[in-house]
Amino acid sequence: MAACRRRLQVQLFSGFRLNWSLHSSSRFLSIGDDEPSQFQPPPKPVIVNKMVQSSQRKFLSPEFIPPRSRKDPFKYYLERIDMVARRKLLNIPEFYVGSILAVTMSDPHASGKVNKFVGICTQRSGKGLGATFVLRNIIEGQGVEIRYDMYSPRIQEIQVLKLEKRLDDDLMYLRDALPEYSTFDFNMKPVIHPVNEEIPVNQLKVKMKPRPWSKRWERPKYKVQGIKFELYLTKEKLEEAKKWAMPWLEFDMLKEYDTTKIEERIWKEINPKLGK
Amino acid sequence: MMLFEKQLGGLLLLVGRAIAQRHLSVTGSCSAIQKMTRVRVVDNSPLGNTPYHRPPRCIHVYNKSGVGKVGDKILLAIKGEKRKALIVGHRMPGPSMSPRFDSNNVVLIEDNGNPIGTRIKIPIPTSLRAREGEFSKVLAIARRFV
Repeated sequence: MAACRRRLQVQLFSGFRLNWSLHSSSRFLSIGDDEPSQFQPPPKPVIVNKMVQSSQRKFLSPEFIPPRSRKDPFKYYLERIDMVARRKLLNIPEFYVGSILAVTMSDPHASGKVNKFVGICTQRSGKGLGATFVLRNIIEGQGVEIRYDMYSPRIQEIQVLKLEKRLDDDLMYLRDALPEYSTFDFNMKPVIHPVNEEIPVNQLKVKMKPRPWSKRWERPKYKVQGIKFELYLTKEKLEEAKKWAMPWLEFDMLKEYDTTKIEERIWKEINPKLGK
Repeated sequence: MMLFEKQLGGLLLLVGRAIAQRHLSVTGSCSAIQKMTRVRVVDNSPLGNTPYHRPPRCIHVYNKSGVGKVGDKILLAIKGEKRKALIVGHRMPGPSMSPRFDSNNVVLIEDNGNPIGTRIKIPIPTSLRAREGEFSKVLAIARRFV
């Protein structure tokens, strides 16, 4: 598959170069003498298949990056082998918190032994084989959440219906938001995201139910951007919430964890295996 | 005149209720279903759906741990009566890949296990089907599974 993709890319590039050379030669001709030149066929349009879901972007799923701990890195290496083996069988697409997914899993008690759920991804957590994500939807006025194990053998298909990001990396505050922000149609058609384009960030600020909320989202430790707190809290309350800020933590050098080199290394380790 | 007064009274009551909902502080609902947990009745039985000044509460859980999960039977104090009910969903996260609901849902049942209502309005977990023989009458009135 990867080889095929690479060949396609090469062809595209050669096409581009050819077009450019034709273009330039015609221009030179026209500048050189005023008399009408020979008929030049217009440049051939290069058709790029935007339907291709697999992206050329370099994307490493966050569960591959090991947490900062004193565990033996060999444990994570072994887990990565299993994860790659699972990814060869099941296509786990690129998605983010805020994307809308449809997950099909086998369920011995469901009708047809298959259970399909559609919802917005509100959280991604766990590292290695135990990585999970939470989907949330409101079905007939009842909020339902399911936490899926990404590498569970019960999962049959993960489909991205809409690929986008939100302002936050954790959307658990949707539990306290109005129901329209987490209601999604089960028969929703997938929105095709063009390859090689940046992931759009949805700048949506949600409206909340009246307080009390399940958590004090205004506290700095949640770093919530997707709520306009001025609508729900007085100035005094907002000032008081700021007292919980711990601005010195970002200068704590012992807590620094630079993952760029680790990412690079893991990408080099995994990519040839995943590409087959 | 009487009619007008009655209407006015109704309007005032509505306004008062809206204000009370706006400013009344209620503790968050309990994750685990245990004794004194407020629950939501999700079938269409008249007992569970007519408004009453006191929400239905669990007063006993019929299992050994005392914490009710999906498929457990509980005893409810509802409208001054004692009724049995079956848990069909709770806020507490269960095993992985199983649904977690935003409210503690129960279905009223008689002592012999037959449901009182004739419809369940909201989705219920498929894991209840593993005990099909016990709850066949409850599962028969469910409209949707997740």
